[in-house]
Amino acid sequence: MNIDSIKNGIVIDHIPAGRGMKLYDLLGLDRLECSVAIIKNAVSSQMGRKDIIKIDADIPVNFDIIGYVAPNVTVNIIRGGKLVEKKAIGLPETLIDVIKCKNPRCITSTEQELKHIFRLEDPKNRVYRCAYCDTKASE
Amino acid sequence: MNTLKHLIDISDLSVEEIGQLIDTANDIIANPGKYSEKCRGKKLATLFFEPSTRTRLSFEAAMYELGGNVLGFSEAQSSSAAKGESVADTAKTVSCYADIIAMRHPKEGAPLVAAQNATIPVINAGDGGHFHPTQTLADLLTIAREKGSFENLTVGFCGDLKFGRTVHSLIGALSRYSGLNVVLISPEELKLPSYVKQEVLKKAGIPYIQTSNLEEYMPNLDILYMTRVQRERFFNEEDYLRLKDSYILTPDKLKNAKKDLSIMHPLPRVNEISVEIDQDPRACYFKQVLNGKYIRMALILKLLREAGTIA
Repeated sequence: MNIDSIKNGIVIDHIPAGRGMKLYDLLGLDRLECSVAIIKNAVSSQMGRKDIIKIDADIPVNFDIIGYVAPNVTVNIIRGGKLVEKKAIGLPETLIDVIKCKNPRCITSTEQELKHIFRLEDPKNRVYRCAYCDTKASE
Repeated sequence: MNTLKHLIDISDLSVEEIGQLIDTANDIIANPGKYSEKCRGKKLATLFFEPSTRTRLSFEAAMYELGGNVLGFSEAQSSSAAKGESVADTAKTVSCYADIIAMRHPKEGAPLVAAQNATIPVINAGDGGHFHPTQTLADLLTIAREKGSFENLTVGFCGDLKFGRTVHSLIGALSRYSGLNVVLISPEELKLPSYVKQEVLKKAGIPYIQTSNLEEYMPNLDILYMTRVQRERFFNEEDYLRLKDSYILTPDKLKNAKKDLSIMHPLPRVNEISVEIDQDPRACYFKQVLNGKYIRMALILKLLREAGTIA
């Protein structure tokens, strides 16, 4: 399968297979006017199968969301048809308005203007806890 | 300099700071006159969005005994929260009227939101089933006064260990001292949550036993910390009714207990400690109430000093 190469934009590579759509949703890519390609289950020598997202515009993306959904991905920034930057993304220390606290007793459940903040507690097991009520994050 | 501005969780305080608060509280107990004018002209705002007798009155008594004044409300209906005001706006508003805030709120994290928005120190006086650091300070002062030290103690926690925030918080605070042994006594449904076991007990290497049998481990205990099965923590009334009478401490159950056992309870009690035990010299729960007032006095002094409000 061929996807046109992009001139100015972003390629998010090495997304674990199956997580591409989640990343697409959380990054709000459905709201973009430009071309966005999601490649699912592409063959990867490192990972077996992987997902890839190509965005045909040089837009700001939230690296925290990328790091949370798919740690260890590579973000390639393309300008003038050339790779100008390659970023390896790790697990972010803090998540702000990426996921919502599901604890009905949390203050964020009643005060809508509060940001939903989660802090990384255990990088090994990818455990995040709500900054307000300490409830473990669940996807 | 690392200055404490608020108290949201007991872990906001270092072991040294807890030691200093206990020293101040002991000095207040020994020399109350020395402290009776320390907060003259200062105001404590008690913002209680949820009913409480003990904690609110304890804060108020503490401020009055320091020579200060108190303003506030004791239920959400009598505050602007009933009109939909946010915690952030309430905290900003009250900062214009008072020098320090003690807040109780049914929602977990509300005092943290208040602290992020207030320009005066905020003390968490209980946020739902989450934190209640001044109860833990009262417990620690009681243990310090009864046992002389926090080291080498075997502490039994009995009753609702699942929703009992005072238990989680006290286990966390005691885990920072050496030689702690913990006995967790509860029905199956109200066992200590696994995250407290994992992140506190196992992480600190504290030996613990889980059991449903109170009498079996009674002879080992230096402290027995009883708790109430709290109706307000259950979504389901049936579960509450089924579990509420799981453990009732009677004189008979204390037959094999140590002579210097300390029986503690954060109160209010319903029926989990028989009133006959009130006469037993090992009963410490009303001392805890009194100690709660003294440690809150020490805390108010510390926070107001660090905020530069008093000398």
